[in-house]
Amino acid sequence: MSTESLIRVERIVGRPIPLPGNDIDTDRIIPARFMTAITFDGLGELSFRDARFDAEGGELAHPMNDPRYRAKGRRVAIVNKNFGCGSSREHAPQALHRWGIHALIGESFADIFFGNCVAMGIPCVTATTADIARLMQLVEQDPAHDLTIDLLARTASYLDQTLPIALSDGAAHQLLTGTWDATRLLLEAMPKIREVAARVT
Amino acid sequence: MGKTLLDKVWDAHAVRELTSGQTQLFIGLHLVHEVTSPQAFAMLREAGLKMAFPERTIATVDHIIPTESQNRPLGDTQAEVMLSAIERNCREHGIRFFGPESGHQGIVHVIGPEMGLTRPGMTIACGDSHTSTHGAFGAVAFGIGTSQVRDVLASQCLAIERPRVRRIEVSGKRSRGVFAKDVTLHIIRRLGVKAGVGLAYEYAGPVFAEMSMEERMTVCNMSIEGGARLGYINPDATTIEYLRGREFVPSGEAFEQAAKTWLATASDADAIWHDTVQIDAAEIAPTITWGINPGQAIGVDEAIPSASEFAEDERAVVEDAYGYMGWSRGDRIAGTKIDVAFIGSCTNGRLSDLREAARVARRGRVAPGVKALVVPGSQAVARAAEAEGLDEIFRQAGFEWRLAGCSMCLAMNPDKLHGRQVCASSSNRNFKGRQGSPGGRTLLMSPAMVAAAALEGAVVDVRSLLAGEEG
Ligand code: SF4
Repeated sequence: MSTESLIRVERIVGRPIPLPGNDIDTDRIIPARFMTAITFDGLGELSFRDARFDAEGGELAHPMNDPRYRAKGRRVAIVNKNFGCGSSREHAPQALHRWGIHALIGESFADIFFGNCVAMGIPCVTATTADIARLMQLVEQDPAHDLTIDLLARTASYLDQTLPIALSDGAAHQLLTGTWDATRLLLEAMPKIREVAARVT
Repeated sequence: MGKTLLDKVWDAHAVRELTSGQTQLFIGLHLVHEVTSPQAFAMLREAGLKMAFPERTIATVDHIIPTESQNRPLGDTQAEVMLSAIERNCREHGIRFFGPESGHQGIVHVIGPEMGLTRPGMTIACGDSHTSTHGAFGAVAFGIGTSQVRDVLASQCLAIERPRVRRIEVSGKRSRGVFAKDVTLHIIRRLGVKAGVGLAYEYAGPVFAEMSMEERMTVCNMSIEGGARLGYINPDATTIEYLRGREFVPSGEAFEQAAKTWLATASDADAIWHDTVQIDAAEIAPTITWGINPGQAIGVDEAIPSASEFAEDERAVVEDAYGYMGWSRGDRIAGTKIDVAFIGSCTNGRLSDLREAARVARRGRVAPGVKALVVPGSQAVARAAEAEGLDEIFRQAGFEWRLAGCSMCLAMNPDKLHGRQVCASSSNRNFKGRQGSPGGRTLLMSPAMVAAAALEGAVVDVRSLLAGEEG
């Protein structure tokens, strides 16, 4: 791991995809029946499987099926409140990431989902209810442009609109310094870890 | 100024403050199951790392394990691959593994406490959101994702922000037929499914003080459904008595010493909480979910609420729930026909849950056309229940008595809903498709209420069945 260089996450640019709705749980993002493999491979196309396809495999109306949002390439998802609640399964952000999502902007995120995303180098940034509504509307009207999430400036911009975004200091630090893959950082403190280990049950 | 239990445990396990402002937190006990760990072991291997403290991890198999036969190879080849993978990973890293032949296999959140691995004042992590269950003992216990499982395997630590603590006081006395499940569903109903984001829930007051450890686990289990990553109850005499004599707990004088330390981890009377919520137990009825998240719950005697009763930005989710569940305006929850009854899970798959359900089950027979399953939370729970003859009571009433596992809580094994079946379930999540069928519908309730629904073939107030029975 020491040979690996740090990957700083400062700015994400990608086509937007709105995934509207409050309390979208990780069971919905990736149903448990697709978790019986010992790798994360192949999860991308299974993202939101049951919201995208009926029992016969027929397509349902869902942004991920919408030709306007389906083009390959990096994507930034726009979501509402408490996105990623429920199960801790990292399969959920892994599936979204493999589908193409490299950042999320929303009103709020569930704690474990947020932590999983940070650990994968995926920022989940928040904006006000009004700004998210405006952004979704803007994208709905004219989706074919890049959405930029700038962690240094703490802004999101789309077309001529720029709005302020928020991110916890801890997560911002991890992403901006490239220490979102925390293993190496944690291992640096091994002598101290051993001290605590000797003290606690 | 006093400290909360969370602060005491956090400070004792803090290795250092990171420049990010997060804590490098030492994890005393790491629990592992077969679904969220194989990718973490692969990441560890890829990075050329070894486990730092393998003796601090224990593993079991619960999510994919079939409950009819656990003979090898397992009937489902993918399940067999997962079981073989965790066996191999545990062997390779020297991790203690409680597999089907061990006599200790079961849902990870059931076996930790019953073996005395879960103790007050510990930090516990697991790649599973219901790790909050272990908070019942006054442990700081929370779910993590697979990349974080890798971090714990490698360093026994996590980089994590300290949550603030909300104290939830439930005062007064529960009325008969109101179980721990009803208390926790009521709390989530009152506060909502996102109220706990960024917080730890400390449950306090006479109602929790009176609860058994198994009931406390039911409450802490569902903290995550209220958005809180962890929940806990301060250790007291009930905690100490539960732990006495358990396999991994010290004995004799060492136990008495440990007990003193454990009691001292409780929040100080002059601790500062982020905020406090007061709830009166008198307002809690047997509670059932009607919708697609655990906050969409009502008392058994209520009608499905109308959209106008919700805040404006909740209405889309409410409308979604009406459509998915198939409610019409004015429907009442009592009398709702069910197809399947499921008793089990890390919320309500312990001995006391099975006792309460059996008390109801012995009064009748499962209604025609209803499939009723009882899945003990662990092999030890199964043995204890069988020793009391609970399995016979269930069988005679027409329930299937199964082997230990997660089963129909998330249906990663052959136990699944089909089509749009309606399931009365003692589990913790009523999300769309949660029980294995993309259109399956889940009504969460206490195990006694599930048993009552099984006999009736429809949702019914368990209090009416138990009327006249002694305490
Ligand atoms: S019983 Fe259900 S909630 Fe509990 S660990 Fe198993 S799958 Fe998760």
